[in-house]
Amino acid sequence: MAVRIEVRFKEGVVDAAGEAVRTAVERDLGIDLASVRSVEVYTIDRELKASEVGRVAERLFTDPLTQEYVVGSFVDAQFDWAIEVGFLPGVTDNVGNTARNAVIDLLGVTFSDTEKVYVSRMFLLSGDVTEDDAAFVASHLSNPLIQRVGWKTRGDFLEDMGMGLALPRVILPPADRIDEVDLEVSDEELMVLSRRGVLEGTDEDGSELRRGPLALDLEQLHVIRDYFRGEGRNPTDVELESLAQTWSEHCKHTIFAAQLDEVDSLYKTCIKGATERVRQMKGKDDPCLSVFSDNAGVIRFNSKWSVCYKVETHNSPSALDPYGGAITGIVGVNRDPLGTGKGSHLVMNMYGFCFGDPDYDEPLPTRDPEGMTPILHPKVIFEGVRRGVEDGGNKSGIPTPLGFIVFDERYMGKPLVFVGTVGLMPAYIGGLRSYEKKARRGDLIVMAGGRVGKDGIHGATFSSEGLHAGSPMGAVQIGDPITQKKLGDAQLEARDRKLYSSVTDCGAGGISCSCGEMALESGGCEVNLDQVPVKYSGLAPYAVWISESQERMTYAVPPAKLDEFLELMRSRDVEATVVGRFTDSGRCVVKLAGRSAMDVDLTFLHEGLPRMHLSSSWTPPEGREPDFEVPADMGETFEQLMGRLNLCSREYVVRQYDHEVQGGSVIKPLTGVELDVHNDAAVIRPVLGSNEGLALACGILPWYGDIDTYGMAAACIDTAIRGVVAVGADPDEVALLDNFCWCSSDEPERLGQLKRAAQACYDYATAYGAPFISGKDSMFNDFKGYDADGEPLKISVPPTLLVSSIAKVHDVTSCIDVQAMKPGDSVYVIGVTRDELGGSEYLGMMTGRRASSPGPVGTLPAVNAQAFLEIYRGMHRAIRGGLIASAASCGRGGLGAALARTAMAGGLGIVGDLSQAGAFGVTRTDAVLFSESQGRFVVTVAPDRKDAFEIEMGAAVPLQLMGQISDGPNITLRGLEGGNVVDVAVARLKAAYKKTLDW
Amino acid sequence: MGAKPRALVLTGYGINCDRETRFAFELAGALAERVHVNDLIADKTRLEGYQILAFPGGFSFGDDIGSGKVLANKVQTHLGDQVAGFIDDEKLVIGICNGFQVLAKYGLVPRLDAPKIRQSITVTFNDSGRFEDRWVHVKNTSEKCVFTKGIGRLDLPVAHGEGKVVADEQTIRRLEDEGCAVLRYVDEKGEPAGGRFALNPNGSTNDIAGICDSTGRVFGLMPHPERYLYFTNHPHWTRMRDEIRRQGGRPPEAGAGREIFENAVAYFR
Repeated sequence: MAVRIEVRFKEGVVDAAGEAVRTAVERDLGIDLASVRSVEVYTIDRELKASEVGRVAERLFTDPLTQEYVVGSFVDAQFDWAIEVGFLPGVTDNVGNTARNAVIDLLGVTFSDTEKVYVSRMFLLSGDVTEDDAAFVASHLSNPLIQRVGWKTRGDFLEDMGMGLALPRVILPPADRIDEVDLEVSDEELMVLSRRGVLEGTDEDGSELRRGPLALDLEQLHVIRDYFRGEGRNPTDVELESLAQTWSEHCKHTIFAAQLDEVDSLYKTCIKGATERVRQMKGKDDPCLSVFSDNAGVIRFNSKWSVCYKVETHNSPSALDPYGGAITGIVGVNRDPLGTGKGSHLVMNMYGFCFGDPDYDEPLPTRDPEGMTPILHPKVIFEGVRRGVEDGGNKSGIPTPLGFIVFDERYMGKPLVFVGTVGLMPAYIGGLRSYEKKARRGDLIVMAGGRVGKDGIHGATFSSEGLHAGSPMGAVQIGDPITQKKLGDAQLEARDRKLYSSVTDCGAGGISCSCGEMALESGGCEVNLDQVPVKYSGLAPYAVWISESQERMTYAVPPAKLDEFLELMRSRDVEATVVGRFTDSGRCVVKLAGRSAMDVDLTFLHEGLPRMHLSSSWTPPEGREPDFEVPADMGETFEQLMGRLNLCSREYVVRQYDHEVQGGSVIKPLTGVELDVHNDAAVIRPVLGSNEGLALACGILPWYGDIDTYGMAAACIDTAIRGVVAVGADPDEVALLDNFCWCSSDEPERLGQLKRAAQACYDYATAYGAPFISGKDSMFNDFKGYDADGEPLKISVPPTLLVSSIAKVHDVTSCIDVQAMKPGDSVYVIGVTRDELGGSEYLGMMTGRRASSPGPVGTLPAVNAQAFLEIYRGMHRAIRGGLIASAASCGRGGLGAALARTAMAGGLGIVGDLSQAGAFGVTRTDAVLFSESQGRFVVTVAPDRKDAFEIEMGAAVPLQLMGQISDGPNITLRGLEGGNVVDVAVARLKAAYKKTLDW
Repeated sequence: MGAKPRALVLTGYGINCDRETRFAFELAGALAERVHVNDLIADKTRLEGYQILAFPGGFSFGDDIGSGKVLANKVQTHLGDQVAGFIDDEKLVIGICNGFQVLAKYGLVPRLDAPKIRQSITVTFNDSGRFEDRWVHVKNTSEKCVFTKGIGRLDLPVAHGEGKVVADEQTIRRLEDEGCAVLRYVDEKGEPAGGRFALNPNGSTNDIAGICDSTGRVFGLMPHPERYLYFTNHPHWTRMRDEIRRQGGRPPEAGAGREIFENAVAYFR
């Protein structure tokens, strides 16, 4: 008999969780509640003695100072409505799992696999609330994809003696079938197979039940059919599912690998090609150690240490369950550096979110024509994603000092959630290069970490398709940072004891992909599915093989090291199981209790994928230069601009992410006298005890892509490099990562945009001598649904490229940040300002529409890498020489925003002259102030360093003294025609900057 | 000068500040080791061989059920005798952030009724209902604690969602009277934060940021001294460096957080 224990805060103790719900309900739903109290509910699904229950409730679940418990329900509570939210069967219940382990530890009892502890939370609402209101609140507090929710009046609650006992047990019928899938059928039937999946059976009314998309195209299905003809048989379902995973757009990047017009693979030509060219040019200074061949790109940090970096996206899952999607994303990308080379210690996380308008107040689009399943509101997505990255990063003990948030209405259907992780590894482990690994014939395949469940089935094929009403809900899962932390810690111990010869993470495609990839190292593998530990019984063989259940790594362990490896894992409370062995048979063999489930040629598995042939088109946008009047009150315009969603402070998010853990923070996300102004980059000291550092920054400018994705990509690269230069990194030691998040990549125009962006990546990476070391793409970020009238609707994200930079800082003690230091310091503009308002935040504000709509378009900022690189080298020399007091990169919001950040951070004023701001041939004052010309900084210099600064920057660098830091309260700027055009209080700018997202 | 004291820095189950805490003790002159809690439970390592025991920050067991609670239970269940003996031997124990939560829920601080071990304070959710990462000013208001000898004011970072110290009035009064309220949140001038948010980041009773036991040898605190080992950790370091340079000076290398660890090492010399 299961037992329910409720725990609540004692009277008079602040109930932060309850209060947070009350305020959110009032703010977001407009329902006023007198109070909300939260109750934690633990349901122990195991027979225990009453004394044991009491002991557990008292010692474990209750804080004696603040909380009280009851076995059963709090029937004495005063409230009007009770709402209880718990997980659906099979959804990861982290707290429940911890509770179960803690009960075992405290009582010294054992639990069988099916005996669990389930955690749910009850909210007791007091106030004048109708049943509709209660239901509305209940729906707001829960996500039907992962949670169950119930609500009751107090009357019903008393009558029923509580909410009742809910046991979300997973009960599945036994399933050990290995099905033959007949491919000798018509093309139409093959496409049904691709879109809807392998036939599972029929339901009661005789309609087909299918497993969900394989997302293979007809040509791929033909190739598979032909291969199995050669084998003299049809494939099994396991084989077909496995091929679909391995060949998915998500895993094989089929579009980047395709022949596109005359280009033989954008990836090979533009991205990898750029890196090869840069490596040649750099010769002995080439920092690349392992690029594009492992889970993350590895570069040299110094003679003792190497660094790797990977940025991923987790978009589709985050649209459905923002919290689960985001935490799975961040914890998932952590496994990339963990599984790179022989494994690295994780030293930093980054995040990047693209959301719809958080203040959107019109009817939400729906997934179905009847309007039953609206998409989540952008603010709900924002908050869920923010929290997911918070829990994933903070609980893993990895600092998150870098990130960005971009807002655009086109991210409403599908948000973009970028997550990245930097790893650090010794250059050598036991005399061997740490970035090299090789599974050998005879090594055992060991899976360690979490168990396999139904979660994440079809994750890889799912993200290769647009989101629609039939998106499989098994794709949603919730990461568990603590299980992974235990695994990661134990792995590094095993690594240093040289207990395995290779490792990779189980990501998309689960063990089918991890074993399949590692099999390439030895030349084959043989896996026994019956040995794979599962969360619950009843999983079909194909599901065990492709499930993406999280927190797992796959190791190749030599037989001689096996006992020691397993013993180490056991002693760290990490489950590790031998599931097969590596061979050199040339085949990927999977068995279930002796039966053959899969037996496929390894070369076919990895290289049999037919190349796509695609063609593209490109139409340059039509448009004209802005023709509106220069605003009369530039101060007010300036203030408005600083409060724009895309420019304003993100302190709300920054403070909830631990950016100090590991003790290496140098340049933090926020700086200034009041620590509330954003820096351009983050700097960390990854090796305590050394003054060498890493600087990281991002470039993302989707608005530029509305005009031309070539210019967008160029500016993204420049922005990412300029950001790290601004804080003191060496521009000649920068490496880059690319993340393309595109839309409708089956349309020639979109492919044309992709091609131009990729070409710019080649041109500018080579021009800057900055190699791409890793990248990822996500090609179908489209939402297909219905508007409020039930009309079909497609919302596609704007073509989005994130360029992430990682650069060496030779001495972190010479780093600088954005804040003005002293009145009397000189204010310089470095670089040239042009009339390049195209895609700018200012133009967006003034025209009130996207640049893609008819109307003023303007000219995109151009990037002159040769000239800019001279500027960056000059900056680096001057910063290392201690000649610069502060520097702000001119990015979104142009010169104006850079001046504002300099002044706001310093708590000082600026008196300057826009006719001296390095603008040549620019006739509009607003263009001087807000044009987003690339390659520029606002720099302040102490009086006694001025001469040395100008000499160090060199004659080749355009710099202009435009003003001085003042102790007055204002930014005062003379216009091009003389007379002050801006005279605005820094405090006003800052108030606007801080107010927008001050949640 | 005696031999270097040995510090055991606990790891495992989501503890995550163990590396920098070990480094802090090494910098301060100790021989420090990270030891997995299960290796102590399995008796592969014994506490007897060490002079300092550190419960580092992190998210042991994910803060599930209650921060520090599950680890406190685990250590008490399996290692209770060793820990009690360690403290009786006049050795030092420090708990930082999650480690402080462990010590509080274990009952090792303030332990006003020693030798009894009973939880008398708790560390609970911030009033803001949020995780807060920010720097705070703290002031040493006790002569008793070994770890804070000679320290006046200190800037340190906090990063937690559950840092509010709560106890009944009598316990608060006693721990203040008996010199166990070691660190308090203050403003930039050193005046009490008086509960004002951000200066006092969590709403902690009487601005209490750190507590020691009745011997002064067991110390728990919410702020992270191991995150301020370098001058460049300070959020205003670029500004401070600029000031120093303009006056012709050279900025320091060390961060003031080291003093906490140096005091621990000095205790054994």
